Amino acid sequence: MRNYMYSTILTFILLLIWEIGARRINTSFILPAPTEIGMKLWELREELFLHHLPITFSVIAIGLAISLTLGILLSIGMSMSKTLEQTLYPLLITSQTIPIIALAPIFVLWFGYSIWSKIVVTIIITFFPITVSTFDGLRSTNRDLKELFQSMGASKRQLFFKLEVPSALSSFFSGLKVAVPMSVIGAAIGEWLGAQAGLGYFSRRMMTQFDGAGVFAPIVLLSLIGILLFIAVVLLEKYILNWRRI
Amino acid sequence: MKSILDNDEQALQFKNVYFDYENAAGQIRILKDVSFSIPKGEFVSIVGASGSGKTTIFRLIVGLEQQKSGSIYVNGEEMEKRLGKVGYMPQQDLLMPWRTVRQNAFLPLEIQKQKDTDSKVDRLLGEFGLKGYENKYPNELSGGMRQRVSFLRATLSGSNVLLLDEPFSALDAMTKLFMQEWLLEQWEKQLSTILFITHDISEALFLSDRIFVITDTPVTTLEEVKVPLKRPRWQHHLDQKKVIELKNSLIERFRMRV
Repeated sequence: MRNYMYSTILTFILLLIWEIGARRINTSFILPAPTEIGMKLWELREELFLHHLPITFSVIAIGLAISLTLGILLSIGMSMSKTLEQTLYPLLITSQTIPIIALAPIFVLWFGYSIWSKIVVTIIITFFPITVSTFDGLRSTNRDLKELFQSMGASKRQLFFKLEVPSALSSFFSGLKVAVPMSVIGAAIGEWLGAQAGLGYFSRRMMTQFDGAGVFAPIVLLSLIGILLFIAVVLLEKYILNWRRI
Repeated sequence: MKSILDNDEQALQFKNVYFDYENAAGQIRILKDVSFSIPKGEFVSIVGASGSGKTTIFRLIVGLEQQKSGSIYVNGEEMEKRLGKVGYMPQQDLLMPWRTVRQNAFLPLEIQKQKDTDSKVDRLLGEFGLKGYENKYPNELSGGMRQRVSFLRATLSGSNVLLLDEPFSALDAMTKLFMQEWLLEQWEKQLSTILFITHDISEALFLSDRIFVITDTPVTTLEEVKVPLKRPRWQHHLDQKKVIELKNSLIERFRMRV
């Protein structure tokens, strides 16, 4: 807990400066004070927590789940077949230069205002770090260890499950830690562009009503989701890679 | 050579083995018509400079490489596919950091899909001085201990033939001496046949019945030196005059090549 002491203090100082600054400017639709945002959050608690949050959360969860499945399958495929790697890896890198945010309106056109247009944005944004880190992890398997396995007569299957997968885990988790906060951004962007519910949608609606605190309140929730998901990944990593603690 | 008559008594045999190493520059001959036999229960060291083909001989025996021509016999049987037939202990301990001591040692049995029915692993863990460390991870162990786990893993391959590739080269001098004595003790207990690569001539003299000296590449003949020491051996036996002379003559032979 000690490790977080200084950052907590700094956060409070910044919040204090913000509070004082906002009160002096006194135009809450441009810069609402933290206390105003907090009050707004409380005021809108039912609508935000019971209606918008579950929708955004399901976008994040479904998007991440599909992204993980696709990313893991693809990285395994690329690690097993050189041809597949040479075909897909350059495409994968190039795909990252496409400004996804600019493309997002197209997805709304394709998938409508349904949840799927937001899920697609989330998938596209999180797919890359998961795939690349898993692939790098699988590829980083120690060659000497691989030969030791072979010298014991290990099958391809045993090599994969007993050596390559454990070797890749550490790198996989690094990718996942990057992907999780990005999934929140993906979901929010998706909702911004076209939705009928969700935290991103709600924030945007408040913007049109010049309700500064109302814009910030769902954003606080969005970042809370990101932080909690990140902590969940870190805990899972610590549990699975418990040998690293020593 | 009596090798052809009593095949059953031989743990390892090479007969007219040729091997070429291929790289971008083309083919490089490493082994040229190499033949040797190692009877069961013997301790043999291979001494040679780096890049002389010692490791190639190991890779051939283990089955990671295939000879160009000639035959390799394990326990009297000619074997084409040798993967999984001999125990191999690599230069670095190559323990998996995510597995405990026991899980690391157990790996060969796991690969052969065997169960540890007679709790052989537990018994050997005790004998190898690893009791109380079964559930520790490799990064909690000292260098000597890690090598013992690695040797235990090679032993648990179930083969009577063990190949040890400079296993003690990374250890400090003191640990190295104790590990050598310990290795001889285990070798006598387990009744295994050991082929040991080293570039340390004292180590080879202390451990082996015979030493194969490699001076040329490609390797054609393995020059054989018998070690004039009785067993059990202790480090001070190396101070005998005949041993020192033998050691110096071996060192002289390598000096010419450097």
